[in-house]
Amino acid sequence: MLGAVLLHLSLAAQVDFRSAVAPILEQQCLQCHAAGAHVDLSSHQRLLDQKYVTPGNPSKSPLYTSLEKGSMPPGGKLPAAQIAAIRDWIAQGAAWPSGAVLTAPKSQAPPAQDAEMQNVREIRERILAHQQQKPQPSKITIPNTTVSYDMVPIAAGDFQMGSSAKPGSNPSAQPQHEVRLDAFSMQAHEVTWDEYRFFMFANQAGETGHKDAAVDAVSRPTRPYVEMSFGMGINGYPAISMTQHAANKYAEWLSAKTGEFYRLPTEAEWEYACRAGMSEDRPSDIGDYAWYAANSNGKYALVGKKKPNAWGLYDMLGNVMEWTLDAYAPYKAGPQTNPWVPATEPYPQVARGGSWNDPADAVSCAVRVGSDPSWKQQDPQLPKSIWYLTDAQWLGFRLVRPAKVPTAEEMYKYWNNGVEHDEH
Amino acid sequence: MKIDKVVSDRRNFIKGTAGAALIAGFPAIISSQSVTNAIKVGLVGCGGRGTGAASQALHADDYAELTAVADIDQAQIDKSLKTLKAYSQLQSRVRAESSNQFLGLDAYKKVIDSGVDVVILTTPPGFRPTHLAACIDANKHVFCEKPIATDALGVRWVLETSEKAKQKNLSLVAGFCWRYSNMIEDTFQQLHGGALGRLVAYYATYYTNPVKPMPPASERPAGMSDTEWQIRNWYNFVWLCGDSLVEQAVHSVDKVAWAMNDEPPVSCVGVGGRVIPAEGGNIYDHFEINYLYPNGVRAFIANRQIEGCYNENSDYVLGTDSTLTIGRGPVPRIEGKTNWTWSGQKYDMYQREHDLLFAAIRKNQPMNDGKRMATSTLLALMGRMAAYTGQQITWDQAMNSQEKIFPETVDWHGSLPVAPRAEPGITKFV
Repeated sequence: MLGAVLLHLSLAAQVDFRSAVAPILEQQCLQCHAAGAHVDLSSHQRLLDQKYVTPGNPSKSPLYTSLEKGSMPPGGKLPAAQIAAIRDWIAQGAAWPSGAVLTAPKSQAPPAQDAEMQNVREIRERILAHQQQKPQPSKITIPNTTVSYDMVPIAAGDFQMGSSAKPGSNPSAQPQHEVRLDAFSMQAHEVTWDEYRFFMFANQAGETGHKDAAVDAVSRPTRPYVEMSFGMGINGYPAISMTQHAANKYAEWLSAKTGEFYRLPTEAEWEYACRAGMSEDRPSDIGDYAWYAANSNGKYALVGKKKPNAWGLYDMLGNVMEWTLDAYAPYKAGPQTNPWVPATEPYPQVARGGSWNDPADAVSCAVRVGSDPSWKQQDPQLPKSIWYLTDAQWLGFRLVRPAKVPTAEEMYKYWNNGVEHDEH
Repeated sequence: MKIDKVVSDRRNFIKGTAGAALIAGFPAIISSQSVTNAIKVGLVGCGGRGTGAASQALHADDYAELTAVADIDQAQIDKSLKTLKAYSQLQSRVRAESSNQFLGLDAYKKVIDSGVDVVILTTPPGFRPTHLAACIDANKHVFCEKPIATDALGVRWVLETSEKAKQKNLSLVAGFCWRYSNMIEDTFQQLHGGALGRLVAYYATYYTNPVKPMPPASERPAGMSDTEWQIRNWYNFVWLCGDSLVEQAVHSVDKVAWAMNDEPPVSCVGVGGRVIPAEGGNIYDHFEINYLYPNGVRAFIANRQIEGCYNENSDYVLGTDSTLTIGRGPVPRIEGKTNWTWSGQKYDMYQREHDLLFAAIRKNQPMNDGKRMATSTLLALMGRMAAYTGQQITWDQAMNSQEKIFPETVDWHGSLPVAPRAEPGITKFV
């Protein structure tokens, strides 16, 4: 039920909620802030209860002030007219017609009864139950296999995100801005083929003998047409050439298998972990830490063979570039907390860290690379695969395990970028 | 689904056109004058590859239009057109309305008769010689996928057809895509320029997972004919796909042919077989062929389509001075006396096939891949013959093989017994 109708009437030209306000909220806010989300802007009651709106007082309404500052929405500041409409509506008492229900745009909103959403809820139940049982371990063996990976705990904190080089020298990584992050753990190494192949081939993951409905329900890559290591090696080598969608589904699959919540790192989390307290964009002795064009001999290397960074993470720089959860968007000035730019288009999403194929200046904690359709060029079929980037033979990923378990709706968004099919 | 009983034109070819004088002096049927604006494209075979090729065709020329399509399955046609229409810049040029969507085994004829200028042939390869001959007879330019036949008879027919295409100034481009990769082109230029010294041996691998494994017989719907069941699972039948060496590893075979300047080998021997049950299909899941070229030069091709094994798709070309490696890492490299690594901007080789084809049509400067696409296909078939029979096979034997893998009559509703899988030492060379 929606809250009571407020009777603040204004003598000024009334802003019509249905035609002027509801569309802004639905199209600009509810993609992330729908019913069930941590910040829920879908009902009058929630707006008032959580004090996002103080009727009659726009400057004491975070809904308005965040729009005015441009800290929301993450894709960029709204047009002035839209912000003004929200301001006037609040000033006039933030009337909300009885019975008005706001819903996120259809293409973005996972229907609650959707089978996939249901499975996310089941996985989340599993994660919550697992969390109560024991402290989160630092070495995890993928169930029913002998393959394990290490997690490195990373404390909450803040750092300067973006390039420290002189302004204008690396514009996509500037302006530098302060970012505050919650605690998480991160995989010490890039995900290897040893791990990833269990996701690609259920029969190799021992899943035929250990049936698990929640694991089975996660969609998995199609059989690759070509040999996906391109002759660079399998055992102990980083998995490559997967789409961001594939990496997201791997995270969901691994979460279902282990009962721990995994996802790709946000760009901010990745950079925080890569810097590990370092203010320079790269260590001066880059060859000690990274495989890149000058020392890679034209291919990726076994993970973990170079020095780890200050927090014990290997190959953050070089070897393979790593997927993040973010869509590519210009940085905004000003402090941010747990920033994330969800995708609205198939391209570009952000990869970080440079690779074996890159010159030294591209192997940096600050350099951002946006994905591109040419990364799938070698796929002769249409529709093109949503799983493989046959031409991105220098691209892999690693996962994070946030300390706080998110809501099922948030999990769904982390694991479903919604843009896996190329638009044209 | 309509009933299509196709008595293949192939039979006519077998009966006596081979060696018949070609019609000479044909005028350019589609000249740059008659294609002032739109180039009408027909698509025969609306699978993933066909849809990809159609997209490349429409991307290649702003005035190319897809006006007719053929498949055995309406759902496949619908999916293909929907996928193409999702490209905003193609949408208005995807014009194959329902009256120009043809179903069944003779649907290719209807596409040809619909007034198209170019036909894309992307059905299972067994049909290719028949379709190609019909296209050239009707004066159509063609893009056809590899391989171009599943037996030597088909290859000979295609050779004759491609000669006709030349006579008629028609373009014929084949989907042996590496020939259209600027990266591999540069690499072979090095090879032919002597960067390796004298060529000693070429070793190529094509180890992958199964491409389209056969479903269990229990999944066959009641009442579905042999023909339909086999065509729907075409990858598992020699008459349709040619076997894994011919359908997939033919890309490696084609690079071998290229390295050898498309000159034929003397002979070959080979091994092959199937270790994973075929569920009613009759193809092998592994081959290894050893070709002997003049002057003792060797070429080795190994392919496997078995899940859970070591996979690799590489070429190792050994010369007296240096070694060329392709497919161990993203770019080719030469090491030894010559040290060279390819660098540059990779073109989309699939797009380039069509860019060149449509430019050739516009300029009335026909391209003709006929001979080399036939040679590369026969080179793979020759390897298959050696593995199937367990015998040494010479190039001349292969070229004159009388083996009839493709049925003379393909009846959509008919019964079609599956030939037993070949057994080396028992299966005879024909």
